[in-house]
Amino acid sequence: MKYHLLAMAGALALGAQGAAAQDLTVTSFGGAYGAAQQEHMIDPYVAETGVNILFEDYGGGVAEMKAQSESGNIQWDVVDIEVIDLERACSEGYVAAIDHSMLPPGDDGTPAAEDFIPEALHECGVGNIVWSIIFAHANDAYADGGPQTIADFFDTEAFPGKRGLRKRPQVNLEWALMADGVAPEDVYEVLATEEGQQRAFDKLGTIKDDIVWYDSWSQAPVLLNDGGAQMVQSANGRIFAAIKDEGAPFTMVWDSHVYDLDVWAVMEGTEKMDQALDFIKFATQTVPLSGMQDVAYGPTRKSAQALLPEDVKQDLPTAHLDAGLKADGIFWADFGESLGEKFNEWLLQ
Amino acid sequence: MAETALAAQATASGLGPEDARNAAREVRAQRVRAFLFVLPLLAFIFFAFVAPIASMLFRSAYNPTAAELVPTTLEAIESWDGEGRPDEAVLTQFAIDLKRLANDRTSGQLAEEINRFLPGTSSVVKSTARALRRAEDETLATGGAALLLDANEAWGEPGIWRALTQAGQVYSASYYLTALDLEMSREGTIQQRDTQIYLKLYGKTLWMALIITLLTLILGYPLAFHMAHSSTSRANFLMVFVLLPFWTSLLVRTTSWIALLQTNGVVNSTLMALGLTRDPLEMLYTQFSTIIAMTHILLPFMVLPLYSVMRGIDPSYMRAAMSMGSRPIPAFLRIYLPMSLPGLSAGALLVFIISVGYYITPALVGGTDGQMISNIIAFHMQQSNNWELAAALGSLLLFLIIALYWLYDRFVGAGNIKLG
Repeated sequence: MKYHLLAMAGALALGAQGAAAQDLTVTSFGGAYGAAQQEHMIDPYVAETGVNILFEDYGGGVAEMKAQSESGNIQWDVVDIEVIDLERACSEGYVAAIDHSMLPPGDDGTPAAEDFIPEALHECGVGNIVWSIIFAHANDAYADGGPQTIADFFDTEAFPGKRGLRKRPQVNLEWALMADGVAPEDVYEVLATEEGQQRAFDKLGTIKDDIVWYDSWSQAPVLLNDGGAQMVQSANGRIFAAIKDEGAPFTMVWDSHVYDLDVWAVMEGTEKMDQALDFIKFATQTVPLSGMQDVAYGPTRKSAQALLPEDVKQDLPTAHLDAGLKADGIFWADFGESLGEKFNEWLLQ
Repeated sequence: MAETALAAQATASGLGPEDARNAAREVRAQRVRAFLFVLPLLAFIFFAFVAPIASMLFRSAYNPTAAELVPTTLEAIESWDGEGRPDEAVLTQFAIDLKRLANDRTSGQLAEEINRFLPGTSSVVKSTARALRRAEDETLATGGAALLLDANEAWGEPGIWRALTQAGQVYSASYYLTALDLEMSREGTIQQRDTQIYLKLYGKTLWMALIITLLTLILGYPLAFHMAHSSTSRANFLMVFVLLPFWTSLLVRTTSWIALLQTNGVVNSTLMALGLTRDPLEMLYTQFSTIIAMTHILLPFMVLPLYSVMRGIDPSYMRAAMSMGSRPIPAFLRIYLPMSLPGLSAGALLVFIISVGYYITPALVGGTDGQMISNIIAFHMQQSNNWELAAALGSLLLFLIIALYWLYDRFVGAGNIKLG
């Protein structure tokens, strides 16, 4: 046991040394998405500048940033954040404000302020991708086309079968309201009221017995594949990858999808602020951004969208924004905790 | 004490005072050496066990965030009676504070604290802070109240100010109340919260832990008995089967249950091939799958103490009872079972306490109805960021286990526990 501890302490010391030798720590979500970032952003940046990058994974949320900030031991420099968490990270001072005037113009010469889609330039971040939460169904589960709309998703008579949903209130409550006839632009207003919340839970309750809950996006295509569910909620890139790479017989439905952005942000208090900003400048240029199509996430620069082939564009959230709802980070900063508790209570009923 | 005794002993045995002193010094040196050997362990226990638990206990009742962010406003609002809108001076002071927070980019921290007591106000605080960021200091000093009310009409209502005073309490039992599904009403009485969740989860967690303990006992006792009564080589061979899963990664064992239990998994295909069911059974992501996976994972904790205690039981006692004419079952119940009780207690206590705080398996295979209290603690740590509530829930869990241990000691006796 003692030797074991010694070995562990040794490994920790070595690990700490290894991290210190890195010039920049960049943290993102890993998986196919991380691989695309590695190929189109990290590797070219390392090749061009010679800066060493330690590319790490995390699972989202602000807890790890909060822990680093509270302990004063800032380990990350650049971090990829979902906008739904950015609001919080920014106003609580975990990530630094970014001056957008430093961003280079697009490759076609459009100034950055016009080239980026408006939501992409946040006080504390620079947009990286537009991604979306859609639902998909297995082709063999339904004759004649299968479900087309979010109302079909909640219609267990016309479309029997299990529905896979991620176990959290986010998106599920929005979908319940939209399926119940609330217009997308009113969803968050309704959900802010007591009655609206009840209405959403009631609607979700109509399919409660048919829901299979899962915890991470990677489980979504697996559920559809092994027959655990006939329809699943999923990040669009996961289903896209399953269809493209494995030829899985799935169909994506874009109706009432809920889209969000991921941005690059810099940890407040990092000693490598300049280096971190330099990396963001590089990574959000037209060509690196256009590489995000590999995993079916839409680039946030218009000049990067223009570089994509027509047939690819159809599979990106950016082609379906009209049918979708923008996830409201401010709403979820307000109600994430209280609705999280109510959601857990509803689950236990 | 020991030194004087030693000196007396030395004199008695005819040695000089010089020798006695030497002997005493030697004893002291030995003590210091022995202490130095355990010092790393003590330091480790302190930093890895005592300090985190102490800070968790502290955090569950101590939250200075809001009080540190807006101390002057909180001082000014003390005279407010809780009805209507506070004085103009309070509003002005708050506007000045909020501007400072906005420029320090800490307004979000205050927003989150207030939001906990009145959901929906986080955005009110943040947007007001943004609006005040560019305000002149002079305008704020004279018309801060008006600016505040312009930015958002919620500042004219008493609700948000009440939430602010609640958030401003440095020491508060409110997290414990929440953890017990209670809240403090405005009149100062304790009442039920609208959302009833934590008590139910505690109950469920204890219930599941109890079932898991019973299952490991039913499975583990005969196995340990068999191992203790077979030849050494056979027992060692069987021990490998107990230990092999024990050495396998927890994640591997949990995910292999996913592979077994999923809709088109091994168990369902077998059942369907045998014609026992027509449609696949729903086993994964239920309470059933959590219990079965945790029983499997915790089984070694039951078998190992049982085995080592049973190994030490002299078989002649049983033989004696039988030769005196007892039937096998009464002999077992009256002789063997009481003698194996220390191992049984140790195993049951280990399994029960470990399963009460178990996290990873329910998170992976639990689905909806297989959730335990640890999963909601993780929710508050990772998603809602309410570390104070997470700390209160964790502390309650700790108290609960201590209370159960006390009960156990009271009725069974902790001296009975034996690991080998």
